[in-house]
Amino acid sequence: MISAEKIPNNVNLSGNKRLQRALEHWQPKYIQWWRDMGPQGFQDYHQVYVRTAVSVDPEGWAHFEYVKLPEYRWGIFLADPVHDRRIGFGDFFGQPVWQEVPGEFRNQLRRLIVTQGDTEPASVEQQRLLGQRCPSLYDLRNLFQVNVEEGRHLWAMVYLLHSYFGRDGRDEAEELLERQSGNRDKPRILQAFNEPIDNWLDFFMFTMFTDRDGKSQLMSLSESSLDPLSRTTRFMLTEEAHHMFVGETGVARILERTCQLMKEAGFSGDVRKLGGIDLPTIQKHLNQWFSLSLDLHGGEVSSNAASYFANGLKGRAKEETFGDHLITNSHYSIEFFENGKAATKDVLMRHAMNEILRDWYVGDCAAGIERWNRVLEQHGMSDRLTLPDRKFNRNIGMYSGFHFDPHGAPVSNNDWERRRLEWLPSVADSEYLLSIMATPIYEPGKFANYIAPPRRGINQQSIDFEYVRTEA
Amino acid sequence: MITFETRPDAYHHWKLTFDGPVATLSMDVREDAGLSSDYRLKLNSYDLAVDIELADALQRLRFEHPEVHAVIVTSLKERIFCAGANIMMLRGSSHGAKVNFCKFTNETRLAMEDASAHSGLKFLAALNGICAGGGYELALACDEILLVDDGNSAVSLPEAPLLGVLPGTGGLTRLVDKRRVRRDLADFFSTLVEGVKGKRAVEWRLVDAVAPRSRFKDGVQARARELAAASDRPASGPGITLKPLNPTVTDAAVTYSAVTLALHRDKRTADLTVHAPAGPQPATPEAMLAAGDQFWALRAFRELDDALLRLRVNELEVGTVVIRAEGDRDAVLAVDRTLVAHQSHWLVREIIHHMKRTLKRLDLTARSFFAFIEPGSAFAGSLFELALAADRSYMFHDDQEENVVALSPMNGRLRAEGASASPAEARRDRMRAEAGPLLMSNGLTRLQTRFLDRPETIAGLLAHDGPFNAGDAEDAGLVTFAPDEIDWDDEVRVAVEARAAFSPDAMTGLEANLRFAGPETMETKIFGRLTAWQNWIFQRPNAVGAKGALQSYGQQGRPEFDWKRT
Repeated sequence: MISAEKIPNNVNLSGNKRLQRALEHWQPKYIQWWRDMGPQGFQDYHQVYVRTAVSVDPEGWAHFEYVKLPEYRWGIFLADPVHDRRIGFGDFFGQPVWQEVPGEFRNQLRRLIVTQGDTEPASVEQQRLLGQRCPSLYDLRNLFQVNVEEGRHLWAMVYLLHSYFGRDGRDEAEELLERQSGNRDKPRILQAFNEPIDNWLDFFMFTMFTDRDGKSQLMSLSESSLDPLSRTTRFMLTEEAHHMFVGETGVARILERTCQLMKEAGFSGDVRKLGGIDLPTIQKHLNQWFSLSLDLHGGEVSSNAASYFANGLKGRAKEETFGDHLITNSHYSIEFFENGKAATKDVLMRHAMNEILRDWYVGDCAAGIERWNRVLEQHGMSDRLTLPDRKFNRNIGMYSGFHFDPHGAPVSNNDWERRRLEWLPSVADSEYLLSIMATPIYEPGKFANYIAPPRRGINQQSIDFEYVRTEA
Repeated sequence: MITFETRPDAYHHWKLTFDGPVATLSMDVREDAGLSSDYRLKLNSYDLAVDIELADALQRLRFEHPEVHAVIVTSLKERIFCAGANIMMLRGSSHGAKVNFCKFTNETRLAMEDASAHSGLKFLAALNGICAGGGYELALACDEILLVDDGNSAVSLPEAPLLGVLPGTGGLTRLVDKRRVRRDLADFFSTLVEGVKGKRAVEWRLVDAVAPRSRFKDGVQARARELAAASDRPASGPGITLKPLNPTVTDAAVTYSAVTLALHRDKRTADLTVHAPAGPQPATPEAMLAAGDQFWALRAFRELDDALLRLRVNELEVGTVVIRAEGDRDAVLAVDRTLVAHQSHWLVREIIHHMKRTLKRLDLTARSFFAFIEPGSAFAGSLFELALAADRSYMFHDDQEENVVALSPMNGRLRAEGASASPAEARRDRMRAEAGPLLMSNGLTRLQTRFLDRPETIAGLLAHDGPFNAGDAEDAGLVTFAPDEIDWDDEVRVAVEARAAFSPDAMTGLEANLRFAGPETMETKIFGRLTAWQNWIFQRPNAVGAKGALQSYGQQGRPEFDWKRT
């Protein structure tokens, strides 16, 4: 039943009895979960032009074909091993990396892997209704590509749980399918993954900002002393890049269209009257998803993060670019907010690991905003999108419990309540977005009014290629 | 390296003499023959070396001298019985050494009471002179205490007022629990450096009787004869000789005939393996007498006991121990059946109680024990107690090869309720479980302690038809986990690695709290309450700080205390 042909892999699945047995049990449950919780309405009668990873070399993970989604070949891949890889940071710096999980760190590692793994199916669940409101077949296909790859990322984490964590690992792998986004009794672990994503602006913002958090988490895990975790996450990063491409170009295309509509409206008219998405709405969604994704990085001062670093379990993104990999006595400046005032304080650098990763993340996001603003610039617009201050709209960490405007200035509770909807999407905004997305576009080459076509198609196919086709 | 084997002709500190049914164990500590030359054992004060000889003498009285029915414990030093544990020794000892010293001395005192309760061997403390601290605690472990009434000799527990520590060898517990001294009097007595003598000592039940110097010797002899007369031990020998164990000791292992202790110091772990009997074993008491100390049930448990003691004092960083039992489980069960069938014989009785004490030694060893039950293992009956004593047991679940555990009457016995004999099925329903002989210090068997929540299931387990395979053993709660061949290697590796990485102090406390569920006994109070408080005090500046009472005693005047109480 479990065959290497149906499950492309480079982990010697056919010779790994333990993994086979675990997957025999888990795989049918996974397929059932995909049918129940995956893209709604696109399970049985549609074929999607998707990429399937069949090996880790460049050709291998760019293999395109039409498949029915439940028949997608989810595979298990590790990036190629690095010869004589050494632990790159923390208290075990310089020692050979681990090929097995040390008993001492089994629980910590399991927690890290489960937390990462939980986000993968969660996003599929959050996005399950989007297909019915798609702006084009091209976008529909991109959505499904993201979905099947999130599914494959779940497989990657489940592979680790099955291979290295014994019975507990198998139990955790099952629970990854039992928790459900937004389920009151068994919600997903991280709160950002329990909110439904029901319009495409949210989807693009999610893939731009939240998948970028995924990228920073994967980058930090790819530094791990546990070599199989490092190799798994390194390969996942190649796929994650595409998800951010979907988000970044999706918003860029909306901006493109918004600029066109603004011109039609004579610059001063209301873009919404022409069925487009106005810049303030885009900015509000940007604010929302950026701040939510900042929360996903965890508290600014974290003893857990320090312990992960000390034990070599989770490092900094691009650890090799840092000079000091032990940082036993280094400090890091963090902006505290106490007694109504901001003040910079030094904390032990190991405790600031979340914030250091957040710094990397903010920089990566800022570069994306630059590219978006180029669209506005090219159209001669003076408006610009901006990243809000990292204190804005936070629910985790030391800024939670206070209110700040998008520039980082403290605001009172009353002012926050009064002005919140200037900065964050309102129910009316959401209703408006749903109204312009109510009719899905399933005709090849056609695009919804609020979004411009992409510059080019997928895999050198034309823009009017039938990326999703209905079975006869 | 400290070793625990000795023999009477090598004693430095005790003389063991015999006179018919009465033996005399006389303390005569050689000042310069302690474990270390850093202190001198003045005034019959003792260190671990002295106690190792005492423990050896007790073992030999039980196995080599069945004709002895009463033992006089006294001193050969004029006007001095015993001044207790040597203070300079305590002052110079590491925390671990203090704890191990107290634990061993406690076990030895309890072995005296065990001999009295189960072997008909009565102890009379003949206090010929001053008897302080650990000296009085040794007397308290005897059945009766006779104190010379010379206007000077007193019994005392001066530890608290003098040294800022406790009388840690069961003294406080035995005062109120064993001798039923009223707690307010015990409180007063335990803060009185000079102690209590004469009539008042008798009135407060601190001693059973006093006798003037002129009548002391005769009084002791007379009372010893009376105690001996009540014993159920045989009138004459022969006993068996406890010969040296002669283990092969290398840097990495201690290897005996039936026990191996393999050390992995780099991982802070050890493998402790007990081998089932190989070859024919005696089936009658007569054959056991002939086999002597070579009978597996005695030999293997003596070796196990010695291995545990070496582990405790010589391998302080080896914190996690994997226990295995290997060999022919049927041979274990056959030995168990023989023992139970002849348990009224004095030697069989001694062997069973020795097994019991050795298993208690395991319970009280502050190391993590995991039992690994793999194909070819012999966790049956008395050896299954090792798995029950372990903090966890992992049983290999194998569909290909047989891997089972089995119970025997040594784990617990079935007794029919009512007299009528009836068909097997009906009989089983009316069987009830009784305790086997291998009691823990809480007074229960390990099965009873394990199934405190459902004691009624024990009869069913004991009546189980044949051994338990891994699935059944796991379902029955006899083992902790039963991973299969796919999971086994990883599960047990991770379990040991994880255990060895935890704080050793936390594990010691955790295990000591979980191992002894159920009722309190004097023994559990000694090893729980008394020992835990003593070990706390041993860490506190008020005792061991530079100006603490233990450090400053006899040196620099008054101690300086941190006066805050908790």
